[in-house]
Amino acid sequence: MLHRLPTPEGLGYLKRMNIRTTSLGCTRNGRAILSGISFDLADGTCLVLRGSNGVGKTTLLKTLAGLLPLQQGSLQIDRDQVAYAGHLDAVKAQLTVEENLQFWAGIYGTGDIRTVLKKLDLSALADRPAHALSAGQKRRLGLARLLVSKRSIWLLDEPTASLDSQSTALVARVISDHCAAGGTAILSTHLELPIRKVLTLDLGKFTSKSADSEPDPFLDEAFA
Amino acid sequence: MIALFKRDIMLAFRSGGGFGLALSFFLIVVMFVPFGVGADLALLAIIAPGILWIGALLACLLSLDRIFQLDFEDGTLDVLATSPLPGEAITGAKAAAHWVTTGLPLTLAAAPLGYLLNLPSEAYFWLVASLLTGTPALSFIGSFGAAITVGVKRGGLLLSLLVLPLYIPTLIFGAQTVTRAATGQDPLSTWAMMTGLSLFAVAAMPLAAALALRVNLR
Repeated sequence: MLHRLPTPEGLGYLKRMNIRTTSLGCTRNGRAILSGISFDLADGTCLVLRGSNGVGKTTLLKTLAGLLPLQQGSLQIDRDQVAYAGHLDAVKAQLTVEENLQFWAGIYGTGDIRTVLKKLDLSALADRPAHALSAGQKRRLGLARLLVSKRSIWLLDEPTASLDSQSTALVARVISDHCAAGGTAILSTHLELPIRKVLTLDLGKFTSKSADSEPDPFLDEAFA
Repeated sequence: MIALFKRDIMLAFRSGGGFGLALSFFLIVVMFVPFGVGADLALLAIIAPGILWIGALLACLLSLDRIFQLDFEDGTLDVLATSPLPGEAITGAKAAAHWVTTGLPLTLAAAPLGYLLNLPSEAYFWLVASLLTGTPALSFIGSFGAAITVGVKRGGLLLSLLVLPLYIPTLIFGAQTVTRAATGQDPLSTWAMMTGLSLFAVAAMPLAAALALRVNLR
């Protein structure tokens, strides 16, 4: 149960605090990975998750997106504003670039994919089938979906994977613009991205050490 | 929801889609029966309703695992789960698209194939009617099985084992409808029974499939 306490600024305060977590704990496949994560994120800020491979960046992002159940603590996030971009680009190889985006525009009930194509430098590729795209171009198409969704909270899992330096700068600019327009972004990356107003969270400090985190040998083998 | 329905149909017709697969399997099975059984016209007329229904059922089964598996593998399902579409709309739209790309073509192909099996002329109307209202049950029950097995690698066998027992009532009443029409009995009662089953599947299976999908995505 989350009780909204009155604050000096009143409702405006709650509104500005877009995402709030209190001692959040995450599990993956029944194994506790992270615990005790607390942060408040206001509109217009970008949070970068850091940590070595396997520390739980993806798990945290999936928990925030609602794809994994919340194990401990509380989480306040407007799920109707979440746009999630995982490791996979959710791009259909048989469809063209434009058809892919048109589909997502239909799902999110938005229009106007032309400006999005232009913004991510995909206009020249609009009629090309997605199977003929390079890995980096596919990645950019996957990120174009976030712009099409017109949602304010972006959760990005390694958005810069397989991008060259030019495309990385482009993606950083898109994320900066999104935050400048009042949006929020949480992303995991190993690179230093040129984004303004950026906060960093090192997940290595929140690794769970609880004793009951051993995997259940029966369940693990039953579905292996 | 309409966007998802349209995209699934579009994908089925593109290269690597499942449209031709079910239909050609159905054609092959039904065309091979006269070779295997022999040219005994009286015998063929007796077994024709069963063969046509079993052929349609197996052809439908062949493309079931594509309903969710492909979207699961390329991450689309994760994104859809966070989209404004409710889970029931996702599973309903996908099952409906599966029916349009498999059940409907099978229904249309069944009448000429009935001729190959010497199906009595009184039974043609009921063959098409029973497949038209019966194949939605196959797609919707199948979508439930596909949702349960979505994360399982090579889950085709498991999917068949789960789904085939649930197909039996539809098969019995569907094939009986055609047999009764062929032998001069009243096919209406069995047809109504099967259509009832089909309507139940269309109404209930999207809910069950959405629940299964939610569990599997975690």
